[in-house]
Amino acid sequence: MEKRKGMGGFITLCLAPAVILFTIFMVIPTLNVFRMSLFERGAYSPTETFVGFNNFKILFSDPKFITSMQNTILLIVVVTVVTFAFALTFAAVLTKEKIKGQNFFRVIFYIPNILSIVVIAGIFSAIYKPENGMLNSILSMISGKTVMLLWKDQPLVVISVIIAMVWQAIGYYMVMYMASMSSVPMSLYESASLDGAGRITQFFQITIPLVWTNIRTTLTFFIISTINMAFLFVKSMVAKGMLDVGLSFMYNQKDAGLYGYSMAAGVVIFLFSFLLSAFVNRATKREPLEF
Amino acid sequence: MKKFLALILALSMVFALAACGESKAPEQPAEAPAETPADAPAEAPAEGSATIQVAAVSTAFTDNYPEMWTEIAAAFEAETGVKVELIEDKNLEDVIGPSMQGGEYPDVVYLPVGRPAALTEQFVKDNLLADLSDVMEMTVPGETQKVSEKIADGFLDTSLTNPYSDGKTYLAPMFYDPCGLFYNAGLFEEKGWEVPTTWDEMWELGDKAKAEGISLFTYPTTGYFDAFLYSLMYAVGGPEFFDKATHYEEGIWDTPEAKTCFDIIAKLATYTNPVTPAQANDQDFKQNQQLVLDNKALFMPNGSWIAGEMADSPRADGFKWGMTAIPAVKEGGDRYSFCWFQQSWIPAGAENVEAAKQFVAFLYSDKAQEIFTKGGAVQPIIGAAETVDDAEKKEFLAIYDDGVKPAMGGFASYKAVAGLGSVREVFLDPVNGLVSGNVTVEEWVNGIKEASTQMLANLQ
Repeated sequence: MEKRKGMGGFITLCLAPAVILFTIFMVIPTLNVFRMSLFERGAYSPTETFVGFNNFKILFSDPKFITSMQNTILLIVVVTVVTFAFALTFAAVLTKEKIKGQNFFRVIFYIPNILSIVVIAGIFSAIYKPENGMLNSILSMISGKTVMLLWKDQPLVVISVIIAMVWQAIGYYMVMYMASMSSVPMSLYESASLDGAGRITQFFQITIPLVWTNIRTTLTFFIISTINMAFLFVKSMVAKGMLDVGLSFMYNQKDAGLYGYSMAAGVVIFLFSFLLSAFVNRATKREPLEF
Repeated sequence: MKKFLALILALSMVFALAACGESKAPEQPAEAPAETPADAPAEAPAEGSATIQVAAVSTAFTDNYPEMWTEIAAAFEAETGVKVELIEDKNLEDVIGPSMQGGEYPDVVYLPVGRPAALTEQFVKDNLLADLSDVMEMTVPGETQKVSEKIADGFLDTSLTNPYSDGKTYLAPMFYDPCGLFYNAGLFEEKGWEVPTTWDEMWELGDKAKAEGISLFTYPTTGYFDAFLYSLMYAVGGPEFFDKATHYEEGIWDTPEAKTCFDIIAKLATYTNPVTPAQANDQDFKQNQQLVLDNKALFMPNGSWIAGEMADSPRADGFKWGMTAIPAVKEGGDRYSFCWFQQSWIPAGAENVEAAKQFVAFLYSDKAQEIFTKGGAVQPIIGAAETVDDAEKKEFLAIYDDGVKPAMGGFASYKAVAGLGSVREVFLDPVNGLVSGNVTVEEWVNGIKEASTQMLANLQ
């Protein structure tokens, strides 16, 4: 009994730093966001006026906010689908097939993930350059005439951002799926192939169901990080006001001196990402399969 | 014993981490005197003992001469005995912003308006600046003249220094740069083209250049249209129209003058190099500037810092920078070049306001100008332009000598209202869409009219 009590004290002490830090740097600021969304104030002004839900009322009729949220949703959906399709395919190919230089490819695919966004923006600014940029040069070579697509102007700008985001994210998720795919026992594939299942059937019938728990977790993870990433990419790659996403809208309002209003946008985005992950979690729920 | 050790370890961890969050600077009372910026309490610092904190944004000038502010600080200390602690950064907003939100202010801030984070504008909107009117009446440290006697005409009459139109100065004018249209003078010589002085000549030249595969116009980002628009408004309707327009007077955008402005910009959009909007972002704007260096576009709106900014860029053979004012609307009409200048200010919550004011006054001394010159920066003091050695910059500064009038000022500050865009969002950003054809002139003008009504209603 005495020993258990001492143990409890020790555990409390061990947990205390993390809990205290988490409270100070995560919980309190988050609650503060909710509180400040009900006030009207400038970012640096010490005075504030309580306005109730007025900020939210204006927010939902602000066409700029609605467009930004539409852009955010578009990016989340397209980037998630494309990234996961590529990451799963590459992971399956690299684990199952005998390819020369497997490790080399693994490293190559992973590199974008460790680059900073600024570097990525620099790389893609060279790729998307209208005159003698990489992409337009390749297209010109293939088509035999000068191609002058404006990748960073409307309406192509969304596609350009999507390509950059997918390129950046694939490697990380691919490595994650490779880890779980390699733990799927070979015997399952052997017996499946004896039963006459082809590679594609094996992928959908064996690989995907067995790594499903992993996919589910990463999906939630990915959706939340895409909300952040979309902001970083748009901010570093695109002209101001050309393709606003939720978080860049929030920042613009803060820069315009509307701190409370921008916090209201923050609250909506926070709730949106929470609900979306909950929904995705729900929708992807399956009976876990084990081998 | 073990338990005790664990306790000590855990506690030390908590304290070590808590200590990280603490700042070095002394506590600033939370109730910073924001409502009464004019008479912020400031105990006069004892000579030789005080230290002031000066936050200065790093710009092209400090790239030219990194020691600039350090030398200013040393010279100021030698003159007054007040020590200066410097904070310098390219993204100064990110460095001083968070601590200012916590109520800790530097004593002097050199940060111009018109930056993307708009920190200075927010301080103006929230009345958080100390009144600098008495600085203008102070004697420049180490000299006999008053500050206001040294500052050149016009710099203290604009909404960029007196934001509330109450005759009080809240922002001290700093480094000025004439803005106008920049071009390759070498190309004009080679082709035998004349630099246009009216818009009709401009369009004529545009057609001539088009035949040779050169676009008439480009711009780095839409942000560069502010100086352009101001000069254009002056050129079209003179100071009176400019004043009314920048104060959002009712019906001003329906006047023939406003229509001329819109028409010129809309027509210019059709003469703009089509790749411009795709590169008009903070990442690629230099590629738009490169279009002029490569003879792919003739003119771009810019400021006299451009020669230094693009000094290392490749260029066409025989390239030579030229600068001209915004063309006149009619033959013989006035031509204007916007005089862009930066600002220094003192936060109302600053601790050492008196010493800070001395520092601001010192920025107008000849000794300070001598140091600024090394970085190519010119203070708006009479005779400062003569101290510049750089031939190109000297030529740009001389633009006002041959009949070109200086345009100064800017849109009046209005109270931030949720859902109402900034001046840049409403007036300038749609130009990208005009060039690429995603926005019609009508949509753009209607947006301006709509927002302008709201801006008028919230004028400060």
